[in-house]
Amino acid sequence: MQADLLLENAVTRIEGPLLFARREARVGLNSAVEVLAGAGAPRLGRVAALDETSMVIEVLESTSGLALRGTRIRLHPEPLLFGVGPHLLGRVFDSVGRPLDGGPPVAARSRRRIEGLAINPAWRALPRDFIETGIATIDVMNSLVRGQKLPLFSAGGLPHDRLAAEIAQRARLRGTQGEESFAVVFAGIGVPHDTAEQFRLAMESSGALGHTAMFLNLADEPGMQRLLAPRYALTAAEYLAFEEGRHVLVILTDMTNYCEALREVSASHGEIPGRKGYPGYMYSDLASLYERAGCIRGRPGTLTQLPILTMPGDDIGHPIPDLTGYITEGQIVLDRELDRRGIYPPVRVLPSLSRLMDAGIGEGFTDPDHPALAHQLFAAYARALRVRVLASVMGEQGLPESDRKFLAFGERFERQFVHQANARTLEESLEAGWNVLQGLPHGELTRLSNAQIGRHLGAEAHA
Amino acid sequence: MSEARITWVGGPVLKACATGPFSIFEALAVGERRLLGEVIQLRGDELVAQVYEDTTGLEPGVTVVGLERPLSVTLGPNLLGGIFDGLLRPLSRATDYQIQPGAAERSVARHRLEFAVRNGDVLSAGAVFARTVAPRPQSLLVPPWASGRVEALVEPGEHRDDETLLVLVDDAGHRHELTMQHDWPVRRSRPVRERLGVNAPMITGQRILDTLFPVARGGRAALPGGFGTGKTVLQEALAKWCDADVIVYVGCGERGNEMAEVLDEFPQLEDPRSGRPLAERTVIIANTSNMPVAAREASIYTAITVAEYFRDQGLNVALMADSTSRWAEALREVSGRLGELPGEAGYPAYLSSRLAEFYERAARVTSLAGAEGSVTIIGAISPPSGDFSEPVTLHTKRYVRCFWALDRQRAQARFYPAIHPLQSYGSDVQELADWWKRSGNPDWLVQRQRVLELLEAQAHLERMARIVGRDALPAQQQVRLLCADLVNEGFLRQSSFSKVDRFCSPARQVAMLSVLLHFADRADAAVAAGVPPARLAALPMLRQLQRLGEEFSEDDLLRLRQLPRQIDYEFDQLQTVASHAG
Repeated sequence: MQADLLLENAVTRIEGPLLFARREARVGLNSAVEVLAGAGAPRLGRVAALDETSMVIEVLESTSGLALRGTRIRLHPEPLLFGVGPHLLGRVFDSVGRPLDGGPPVAARSRRRIEGLAINPAWRALPRDFIETGIATIDVMNSLVRGQKLPLFSAGGLPHDRLAAEIAQRARLRGTQGEESFAVVFAGIGVPHDTAEQFRLAMESSGALGHTAMFLNLADEPGMQRLLAPRYALTAAEYLAFEEGRHVLVILTDMTNYCEALREVSASHGEIPGRKGYPGYMYSDLASLYERAGCIRGRPGTLTQLPILTMPGDDIGHPIPDLTGYITEGQIVLDRELDRRGIYPPVRVLPSLSRLMDAGIGEGFTDPDHPALAHQLFAAYARALRVRVLASVMGEQGLPESDRKFLAFGERFERQFVHQANARTLEESLEAGWNVLQGLPHGELTRLSNAQIGRHLGAEAHA
Repeated sequence: MSEARITWVGGPVLKACATGPFSIFEALAVGERRLLGEVIQLRGDELVAQVYEDTTGLEPGVTVVGLERPLSVTLGPNLLGGIFDGLLRPLSRATDYQIQPGAAERSVARHRLEFAVRNGDVLSAGAVFARTVAPRPQSLLVPPWASGRVEALVEPGEHRDDETLLVLVDDAGHRHELTMQHDWPVRRSRPVRERLGVNAPMITGQRILDTLFPVARGGRAALPGGFGTGKTVLQEALAKWCDADVIVYVGCGERGNEMAEVLDEFPQLEDPRSGRPLAERTVIIANTSNMPVAAREASIYTAITVAEYFRDQGLNVALMADSTSRWAEALREVSGRLGELPGEAGYPAYLSSRLAEFYERAARVTSLAGAEGSVTIIGAISPPSGDFSEPVTLHTKRYVRCFWALDRQRAQARFYPAIHPLQSYGSDVQELADWWKRSGNPDWLVQRQRVLELLEAQAHLERMARIVGRDALPAQQQVRLLCADLVNEGFLRQSSFSKVDRFCSPARQVAMLSVLLHFADRADAAVAAGVPPARLAALPMLRQLQRLGEEFSEDDLLRLRQLPRQIDYEFDQLQTVASHAG
């Protein structure tokens, strides 16, 4: 292995985050670089391109204060690595894995590439373990399974942070209570200080802080590092999951800040912008984060992701939610109108989806009638919303009898099923689902078999 | 072999100074790890190449070796049942759960085979010279460039896949040594004797496709839809149940867990026609979204080349490409790095011609050796924010015969498959009517037309109903709405997760459609005779008709065909009551 090399006075040009330097030593593409200037802490960077005499270094922190003269470059022979070890949990780090909590650095058991390596699809195991989150709209209608990546599509002012913290505290396999080794990795990407603190307090109050590792890139820190925080966090999570065999839940918030940083960096490289100025490779770049979730055959641990993003302008067609939705295995969409009406959690169920749900629910997993119930709730609520539009035009009295029943169902569904004051067990959530279906004409419940209707809804009440 | 030295490297693109001749699109081995690359530009001594793997650690001075052939894949009996990366390197043999860049050691497989030829026989290009025995018989082909008289022939029995099995000597005296496998450049279509016209549909087992928008064998279909509209579930359903002999499934820039699902499920499912595990007729090419982007661009060509190879064995092949948008984006990304002028939405100007080249490789053909085979392409499209006016969808539309548009509203109500019947089309309907006639349903064309008219009327009437209320529509129109709902619920909706209904044979499709249209006839007549529409909506059998697919399995066809009598009975009752009341 080559030793680290120190170059002095090699920098020839500085443009935004890019440092152009003479290549006075052997170095490979993507090698890690430390830029040293004056007495400040070294700034991390990587070799982005190189030819025979020069190289381009992308500085992953602010370049402010750097001068052509006096700036030294330390070259590492390897790409950016993160030394991970058993004592990651209970700690708080900055976006590049340096302790923020005053504790000692983590004793590294292995040094892993922060970019990770793609998981071989032939080695993946199909995620099947149902996770109970305590939230009816998720557990019954958009079930989360271990190894899944399920983002929260939210918007400014909605309670996504509270929801994520609740899921992190409660998420468990059914029938087990904490005897398995679980862990939470929290990556705050450009988040305000109080958001990070709230999450820390929430985990502390539930006694789970000892199982939590936090990587913080706060809102006032350089945008470049927003790109690093999730990579360091996921590197730690992969180690915890696939080497230590833990069930890791990774919360990435806020992915919108990440994408903004990506756009900023792309622009500073002079790249041709794609949709809304975001780089054309944003899909691949996001995939390199999201695809790090999963289960591996023959390894006990799992890595589940719960990324949070705030949809700019509440627009689900914006490139950030759009590309995310194409990569992740579904999405949970939060809604401003429900929030205003005091419904918590304000989950808009129709555009929400969990793609891996069918592998983890039903006979042998949850309840045999769970899939049919979920489908019936979706179909009935879709109809209720259509009728609501009609009612707003013609008035409720102008509607046929059966439509009025669906209108009432819509209200019940939102108030008694979506809204919940406390966590529910899956059984309670399923029961709430069957309860709100009561009162609909049985003939219209086409997603349920007669047997299912008989088992859960009983005889039809005739008015 | 020519060599070159790297002078510049950035991302997946490198420039190198050549000391020998290179040709455009020549495959390259880069550095000690022999990363696979491809020449994309030549300027004097300088060549520009894209590398299909992670370039971390490359530096100027590293050697690049020309492989003296275009980017090629090895075709042979090791493909069926396997999972491969975008360059057709086996993924299942890897020993690490993470993908390590660089060429892996080639491992050798053995197959037991029987020869179809004898010493002295004269073989043409593409002829079958032997067949493997187990687990599934496969033909071994003379490569398209070779022909001649068989000279040396090894004994039948078990052989290594890289061993010379026979030697052909052609008229010019050239010797061709044949093994079980041969290489073929992925960007060139394999030659055929003749392209044939439409003769039969590829039966998918999905009612909305087979009955309303059928795709022909050797046809091309596009499946566009925003995220969450069920593209992948539908592609997988087609891969499981369509009546092709071989399925090539390419996950191009898609999710790793989806590949895991296919790998998990297919070995357990049984091919309804052969009774063998579905995995045995399937080749999976997985280039997930986090695998190198240049290989994503190649994976589509790799897949179609594999499909053509099986077609040349006289088989009907279906290629499922999920998703062609990711492929187009890979084109865009590589084009951007080369500094090419962007066209629409940043895509290179040659996007349209690349799409055309790809879809043109679908066909029903007579192979060089005279066998009849076909490749049918079903390409998923992932348009940004579900908007079908974006370049990939628009250009694809020009080259496909079937357009199966997925609709977000249907998907959100969990109405699957969420294909919108009014935005979709199939262009080979007239030609395929003959097939339905031969298969015992001469009325298919008429029935199909009636369903489409009913659905068209529904869209129109619902707009009216939104203004005046459903009850205010004339009785005749209320009944049309009722029947349209019934066709949607009872016929078009079909769950891929239902054991009973995930596959629907043409016979059951015909029976179901006849039942529902019979109901529509009787309903029209009843309303004309003065029965109020509300009475029809309250008919007890309606619920059974709405759940027709679930309630009548493939084994219940007889019972299903009896249903019109029950419909008659209930209507007769209704009209008797009505006339007494009147």
